[in-house]
Amino acid sequence: MPYNPALVAPMRAEVTRLGAKELTTAAEVDAVLGDQKGSMLVFVNSVCGCAAGNARPALALALQHPVVPQQIVTVFAGQDLDAVSRARQYFGEYQPSSPSMALLRDGEVVHFVHRHQIEGRSPKDIAANLTAAFDRFCGAAV
Amino acid sequence: MSGHVFHPGHSELHGITVIVETTGSRTYVGRYDSEDEYGVHMLDVGIHDEGAAELSKEEYIRKSAKFGIRSEHKHLIVPTSEVLRVIRLGEVA
Repeated sequence: MPYNPALVAPMRAEVTRLGAKELTTAAEVDAVLGDQKGSMLVFVNSVCGCAAGNARPALALALQHPVVPQQIVTVFAGQDLDAVSRARQYFGEYQPSSPSMALLRDGEVVHFVHRHQIEGRSPKDIAANLTAAFDRFCGAAV
Repeated sequence: MSGHVFHPGHSELHGITVIVETTGSRTYVGRYDSEDEYGVHMLDVGIHDEGAAELSKEEYIRKSAKFGIRSEHKHLIVPTSEVLRVIRLGEVA
């Protein structure tokens, strides 16, 4: 059962205030991911503080990097069920986990940060994982 | 909300993705939930059975680390008597 929306609202805001476009329906996901061009980070947000409590600050740190994806979008696991389910259909053989982050380039997942790569790690370490991928896949020369 | 944990009072492994090695042929990968008199409770669990799997245990763990865990059981209890050791997946991946 989804958490109370009022409880989740600050967690949504923590991501959307970074410029991430929130996708709450399957149709919105299809509209953005269906013919995805260039680089895009999909942040699968989550309530669980065990991991998401570090994932969101990590995203904030990573987005201060000089090279970032052209688009940032977010879906909320356990809340916007249809949107999350549809987003995961674009992740290929990567299995569902939340929180997680998928970096796509022209519709293909080129880097994935699973929940187990977030758990117990500092926002700085998680951000370093992300920014290394940004440098590799989001630069102009890619 | 950063850093806020919703599960006060739980084991330090609560919510952590772990590998549970057993005394038998099976290895379990999933989220550690808790442990009680019945054993270790795990969520969203994938299973590797050394005797039946195409992949070796090491290959299975590597694949789980890269692509995530293909969940076969939403909730599973590994009897305490069968648990050899519990390792964080993030430590070996």
